[in-house]
Amino acid sequence: MESTAADWLTVRKEIIGNALSIGVAVAMYGVSFGALGTTTGLTIPQTMALSLLMFTGASQFTLVSTLASGGTALTAVIASWLMGTRNAAYSMRMTPILKTSGVGRLVAVQLTIDESTAMGLAQDETAYEGRASRLAFWATGLSVYVLWNSATFIGAVSVSAIGDPKTFGLDAAIAAGLFALVWPQIKSRIAIAVALGGALIALTLTPFVSPGIPVLAAALVAIIIGWTTGRRVL
Amino acid sequence: MWFAVLAGAAGCYALKYVGSAIPGHVLEKPSVKQVVLLLPIALLCALVAVQTIATNQTLVIDARVPALAVATVALRFRAPFIVVVLIAAATAGGLRYFGLAS
Repeated sequence: MESTAADWLTVRKEIIGNALSIGVAVAMYGVSFGALGTTTGLTIPQTMALSLLMFTGASQFTLVSTLASGGTALTAVIASWLMGTRNAAYSMRMTPILKTSGVGRLVAVQLTIDESTAMGLAQDETAYEGRASRLAFWATGLSVYVLWNSATFIGAVSVSAIGDPKTFGLDAAIAAGLFALVWPQIKSRIAIAVALGGALIALTLTPFVSPGIPVLAAALVAIIIGWTTGRRVL
Repeated sequence: MWFAVLAGAAGCYALKYVGSAIPGHVLEKPSVKQVVLLLPIALLCALVAVQTIATNQTLVIDARVPALAVATVALRFRAPFIVVVLIAAATAGGLRYFGLAS
């Protein structure tokens, strides 16, 4: 790809801008999470430990709500793992793109979540020798990490949340943001089939199995279609 | 409580780590490569679907559905990322504000 330094500056600015806006949207949920944590009986350090160490929103909400609804510690832990399983698929996909090693790899692993993966994959992998994908992943991961944790702290100490994030349509904004990021990847017929199949399986299973499993089950679609079409170009 | 917090966090980190520890040559096999390429697409689209149409274990059509529809139109017109996100938020927030959807 032909690219100049000026192009890169524009691309870089856009990526960083998008990374920050994702961070801000996610942070609103961080405030809710912080408030939920301390109102359901976790201490402020425990709530913070979840955001700092677990750092994967769906697992955190699942752990806290399972405890709050009277579940045992063990059930809560297993439910949070189940929610976090998709991150394994994300790091499998991101590791060859990021080309990290040592401590860098360990940090990248921690930052591997829905948002950072989606942003990293939304860029052309070959653009600027892969710099665009790497910057998108790191900028989004760090932006979300810093803002999510700051927001958790604010929610945990102030307890009263700013308000329900739904009032501002943030639930739809986060879904639309993730969709916008996968959008460039669903061009080929195979990818469209996988996208629709994954969505369909998840929605079909939703009423019957506990949260987390429907999304995970969508992996089956990727495995079956990927395995059978392996030799065809995507 | 600390048990749940720390065990949960350790497991979630281990899951993220496992994916990165798979040796490169395994991922080079064409069929494996294709699966790895398609996995995030399947998972993220499933997540978007669930975030749009599900509340816990119930399927619900509410303000999120029109918001995502509007966002999809914006994407078709190649709107920038931030515009797509803001349009979705405004649609859902607006419908709820005027009591047209929950």
